[in-house]
Amino acid sequence: MFEPEKIDQMLRAEINVSHLDIIDLTGTRDHYSVIIVSEDFNGTMPLSQHRRVNAALAAPLASGEIHALQLKTLTPDEWEKAK
Amino acid sequence: MNGKKRSNIMTEKKKISLNIVQPKTEELKTRVEGGDIVSEISAEIANNQIVLYMKGTPAEPRCGFSARASQILGSFGLPYHTVDILVDPEKRQAIKTFSNWPTIPQVYIGGEFLGGSDILTQMYENGQLDTVIKAL
Repeated sequence: MFEPEKIDQMLRAEINVSHLDIIDLTGTRDHYSVIIVSEDFNGTMPLSQHRRVNAALAAPLASGEIHALQLKTLTPDEWEKAK
Repeated sequence: MNGKKRSNIMTEKKKISLNIVQPKTEELKTRVEGGDIVSEISAEIANNQIVLYMKGTPAEPRCGFSARASQILGSFGLPYHTVDILVDPEKRQAIKTFSNWPTIPQVYIGGEFLGGSDILTQMYENGQLDTVIKAL
């Protein structure tokens, strides 16, 4: 179990976040869906974007406090188009 | 000793690079052929333009994420090589280390690690996967 507020804090500490959705998928605070938009992602491949997010949440992912993380990363341009 | 060699390479880069023998993919042996697991994985991704490490097979996937990855790759109408890691415990562990990625499925395109299920889905939806596959 891991509080969404802590996920928010940890991501914002490592990444310049312009939009962030954290959705508790199961109501048990261990299966999350995260949609994250950042200018840091400009000009990078999704693999490195996902690696950055996973690295920012490495501790709770390794401990199992976050059991599953469904992730979508977007650049600000991609986010504008997706809206 | 190494330091001296390296400095020679730095100053005579052009000359020396002519003499470098590139390793050939034929030298990557599978375990059956006497190679190790890393060599076998290297051979798989060198010899197939699209490789999917998955749980089960495209016809009988054993996990929803693997099923989805297989469907996405299949939608391009190109051949793709699949490896069922459930029948190979050694490879199941090794591929995670090899890719530095903790989960299955995993996709390699053009010899490069593309990512796992979420990345494949994201790149399918935004058109990046189409670009990567067309560049093959």
